[in-house]
Amino acid sequence: YRRGQPLGELDGIPIAVKDNFNTAGIETTCASNMLKGYISPYNATVVQKLLDGGAVLLGKTNLDEFAMGSGSTDGVFGPVRNPWSYSRQYKEKIVPRSDSEPENSNWVITGGSSGGSAAAVSAFTCFAALGSDTGGSTRNPAAHCGVVGLKPTYGLISRHGLIPLVNSMDVPGILTRCVDDAAVVLGSLAGHDPKDSTTVQDIFQPFALPSLTDVSKLSIGIPKEYHAPGLSSEILAVWSKAADLFKNAGAKVVEVSLPHTHYSIVCYHVLCTAEVASNMARFDGLEYGHRSDMNKSTESMYAATRREGFSDVVRGRILSGNYFLLKQNYEDYFVKAQKVRRLIANDFVKVFGSGVDILLTPTTLSDAVPYVEFIKEDNRTRSTQDDILTQAANMAGLPAVNVPTALSGRGLPIGLQFIGRSFQEKQLLTVAKWFEKQVQFPMIHYLSYICEAAFFHPQRACKVSGSLKN
Amino acid sequence: MAARGCGGVWCRVLQRGPGGSCSASRPRRAVACNARGGAVPLGQSGLAPWAAVVGLEIHAQITSNSKLFSGSQVQFAAPPNSLVSFFDASLPGTLPVLNRRCVEATVMTGLALNCTINKKSLFDRKHYFYADLPAGYQITQQRVPIAVNGSLSYSLCKDNKMSQMVTKTVRIKQIQLEQDSGKSLHDDARSQTLIDLNRAGVGLMEVVMEPDMCCGEEAAAAVRELQLILQTLGSSQAIMAEGQLRVDANISVHHPGEPYGVRTEVKNINSIRFLAKAVDYEIQRQIKELENGGTVLNETRAFDSKLGCTVPMRDKEGKQDYRFMPEPNLPPLILYDAKSLPANVNHQQVVNIDWIHERLPDLPSVKRAKLVELYGILPEHSFTLVNEDGLMDFFEDVVKQTQMKPKKVIGWILSDLLSHLKQHSLTAKESPISSFLLADLLNLLENGDISSSAAKQGITAIHLKFSMWDSSSFQVFEELWKGEGKTPLEIVKEKQLELIQDQEELEQICQAVIDEREKEVMAIKGGNEKVINKLIGLVRKATRGRANPLLVKQILEKKLSE
Repeated sequence: YRRGQPLGELDGIPIAVKDNFNTAGIETTCASNMLKGYISPYNATVVQKLLDGGAVLLGKTNLDEFAMGSGSTDGVFGPVRNPWSYSRQYKEKIVPRSDSEPENSNWVITGGSSGGSAAAVSAFTCFAALGSDTGGSTRNPAAHCGVVGLKPTYGLISRHGLIPLVNSMDVPGILTRCVDDAAVVLGSLAGHDPKDSTTVQDIFQPFALPSLTDVSKLSIGIPKEYHAPGLSSEILAVWSKAADLFKNAGAKVVEVSLPHTHYSIVCYHVLCTAEVASNMARFDGLEYGHRSDMNKSTESMYAATRREGFSDVVRGRILSGNYFLLKQNYEDYFVKAQKVRRLIANDFVKVFGSGVDILLTPTTLSDAVPYVEFIKEDNRTRSTQDDILTQAANMAGLPAVNVPTALSGRGLPIGLQFIGRSFQEKQLLTVAKWFEKQVQFPMIHYLSYICEAAFFHPQRACKVSGSLKN
Repeated sequence: MAARGCGGVWCRVLQRGPGGSCSASRPRRAVACNARGGAVPLGQSGLAPWAAVVGLEIHAQITSNSKLFSGSQVQFAAPPNSLVSFFDASLPGTLPVLNRRCVEATVMTGLALNCTINKKSLFDRKHYFYADLPAGYQITQQRVPIAVNGSLSYSLCKDNKMSQMVTKTVRIKQIQLEQDSGKSLHDDARSQTLIDLNRAGVGLMEVVMEPDMCCGEEAAAAVRELQLILQTLGSSQAIMAEGQLRVDANISVHHPGEPYGVRTEVKNINSIRFLAKAVDYEIQRQIKELENGGTVLNETRAFDSKLGCTVPMRDKEGKQDYRFMPEPNLPPLILYDAKSLPANVNHQQVVNIDWIHERLPDLPSVKRAKLVELYGILPEHSFTLVNEDGLMDFFEDVVKQTQMKPKKVIGWILSDLLSHLKQHSLTAKESPISSFLLADLLNLLENGDISSSAAKQGITAIHLKFSMWDSSSFQVFEELWKGEGKTPLEIVKEKQLELIQDQEELEQICQAVIDEREKEVMAIKGGNEKVINKLIGLVRKATRGRANPLLVKQILEKKLSE
């Protein structure tokens, strides 16, 4: 500062960080009773990189407990509200279901699990936010909140300091309002980290995105399996329109097949819960986090601590994960799931090997649903449905990005997903940027009185616990 | 393979029954060695022969500056929880980073144990809840370990006779890298458990030995040889008392030709001596159990060194399902050799097996062979030199600094220095007599400045010992032992220990002895020439060992024949 030189490209840029990234001296909770009040002694590598680049941490954002969910409704701090619930675009179109219902019962979810981060960016509280993406946790809320959500290639960005959900699929995600911003943030985060052995050694060159004018050399793949049951006609229409857009601009648009896609969710369920069971084993109340008062024996203390510290959703996943890992089940479930994962990854290899550059798919089955609707189904059913279009990219470790595309009939954002080749983020984002320019997604418009409500709502759409950098 | 090792070497200890307080009332039982290639019955009347099968799992702490997956220091007996990184305490979000040194040490050990080194090995998580395992799982190598299919040759003496050594071989199933756990300190009075995580995450090599051994003595000899190899390589300090080498023994008994019996696992063995005791006790216990119509339970037992017996371990009851899973945070460990080494690779980033192979130091077996060849000493002496900590270096240092022949030096080292060291529980490195001083002393002896029967050729060991106690060189040795910083020559001067060179003075003393001992003189003259040794002894006593025994013998013979 004294030399009058910026610390980096992000100098002075306000950012938010999902509350499953460790932040030194600032509470890191994973929206769980287990870590309520837990103050980490270190910064996650990505947090440190942002701070080193001069970014200003505005706060930590809400999520589903330990990132297990697709609505950002299942954390101990309550659900995250989608800022679009309070937009003029939405408010003008909704029809109150009955006069007796309170005004705000129509608010819609953000999607998840990085709902707090998506809401924070969407509501203009910050320019960029970190999310995490294991099965779609960055892209899904990005789609529902009308922001860009980038899941980079596995191994490109350090996971050190990200409290894991599924180590072999977790990737720090980037949420921004435009594709260019995502590229800038990616540039400041990517690269080998000696503290994460799964990051690639190759040196990452930060890039600025060119403005593509000619897409005629591009080959866009439309995977037919993504025409999934439950896909809303509205989304299907937006998807088709997008394909036409490319076709009309001269790109080659081909239907492709990723035949193992339908096995993705059930396979994910086994692999995810197994790793969850393992990763959650450390929360025993001894070294950190919640500890029960129960002190009859070490075992009873463990049991009580974990019962009190974890929600039903987390405990359910731990239970099934341990079941899949039992000696008698391991071959039938875990090993099989790993084989299916390989098949899924190979599907992508084949498609990209056939000359397709980028895949274009929907990100979600529908636009965001009202909270009251969402909670009618349990977490597992919801996650199963909602991750269906995003999940395979995690299995294969591929980069994928949600680009806000259009507003639904209800005035809510619809996003489409581009999936690229491994470590071809530049190509992926270049195409995304061209598309972003074509679709001209509308800016969120707030009714003035609503605007205030959104920012100062006691339920806090964005859990602000950070302090401003001095 | 040593055919003679399989041919019918009985384990002495087994035939006598286990030692220690637990065995006092136990009858002897016949146990045949389970040498691969067929067990041989003992043939004692009335008793069915039993064969014991012993396999070992050995955990050796890797000597390294930092832990297996974190940067924390490795140090014994540091203040509790002073060497704990965020990863060691399993703070959420921390990730393992493999320590290259630990990999190299394990590759080195694998090569020394004739293993095949896997170019690609994998890490797994082994889950169980225990207070000193912060993550709730241990990172280990369950599926594909670094090294497999090796062998270890070791020697032990038959019937406890140094001169009858036999060589045996035990197969090494695998060597895997894994994390050590922390330590739990149970305070029963306050019913609390204290945790020290200093050890949590230290690198371990687990060496799995196939059940090719048949008694405590064999197990002990195999572990001792492994210990020497690890210490020679520097891959582990392997000090059992500090827990750097931990041995678990899997033991079962059966009748040869029948399937193996149910095995027990004996833990909590903290010295090689106790290993032999624990194994032998457990074999006898199982035989007794079976002969009394009972069954052997598949259980974990602990060795109680005070009682000399094994007892069931309570906290290991119940079947554990470790729910193994691949460790997702560590990519496969890829090792290279000269052929597979990619070009333009940073050598700091890779481990080259061939490079390590070329730099392996001489292993104990090679050292022994070299000692025999170089110094003309007996093979069993080479064993003692190599097996006793630091003794070989001491010996070689002394040899370098003295004109005395190595064959004679070895006598001094093995019977005098070593017995003194053992008496005071010291190693050669801790010897109060430096190799320099001992060499000095031996030079005085060699120059004939002081006496010793050691100078005499062809003398038996017992005589040697006798003469030492009596000789002035031994007195010097004793003085040196006190470690007051005097040189042998100073002590010799101070104590007037120089050999009496004056022929007349010696003759007078001899005459005085002859005059006093009429009875002995008569016996000698009567033809019992051996009695002269007694007179020599008396002369030496009178001169406080300052007489050259050869010279004294000459004088006495001359005088007696007059």
